[in-house]
Amino acid sequence: MKELTIAATVENIEVVTDFVNEQLEALDCPMKAQMQIDIAIDELFGNIAHYAYNPEIGQATVRVEVIEDPLAVTITFIDNGVPYDPLAKEDPDTTLSIEDREIGGLGIYMVKKSMDDITYEYKNGQNFLKIKKNLH
Amino acid sequence: MNIVKNRQGNELHVALEGRLDTVSAPEFEVIVKNELGGVELLVIDLVDLKYTSSAGLRTILLAQKTMNKQGRMILRNVGEEVMEVFEMTGLADLLTIE
Repeated sequence: MKELTIAATVENIEVVTDFVNEQLEALDCPMKAQMQIDIAIDELFGNIAHYAYNPEIGQATVRVEVIEDPLAVTITFIDNGVPYDPLAKEDPDTTLSIEDREIGGLGIYMVKKSMDDITYEYKNGQNFLKIKKNLH
Repeated sequence: MNIVKNRQGNELHVALEGRLDTVSAPEFEVIVKNELGGVELLVIDLVDLKYTSSAGLRTILLAQKTMNKQGRMILRNVGEEVMEVFEMTGLADLLTIE
């Protein structure tokens, strides 16, 4: 298990992405899975940066764990901000015409579609959002 | 993220290179909001776009909505991964992809 605790800012998305990619490369992660995980980091850490502590800046922890046989990786995003369950949000209607399309809600939907599992928990004053991706 | 622009008369060609994400999408949004005046054809080249997150999709959708009112928008050289994201989110049906 490896963890990174860092200020939850948009600028730090890149730092978090590099940190996670380093672990993924050691696992020989397929390119496509890595790209999907990178997108998930942009969505989920980006959400924390924008909303968890707004307008203050708080800390967030990103925890990477490896599951063996079959090989998978889980990434948990932990923050002390306002309780927020992104899974409670209804999926956007992807069949609407362009004029009726909302300009939001696509991020968490993409994460749900591209990961193998996603769970949310609020405990001890912290949000825990955990994603799982099978690597083989 | 690198953005290469080329304006000729009422045509604007924009090439998006790298990652279109939370950090870089606002740079593209500035162009969409400020530089489409008088543009009748917007061509967006994605040949070197590695991936787009939802922040990028929102900006592409905004560009499409803007161009629907004043002309046409065409996306060129959409790679497999980016196409998959367009299809997953239903955007593929709303965009003109060549």
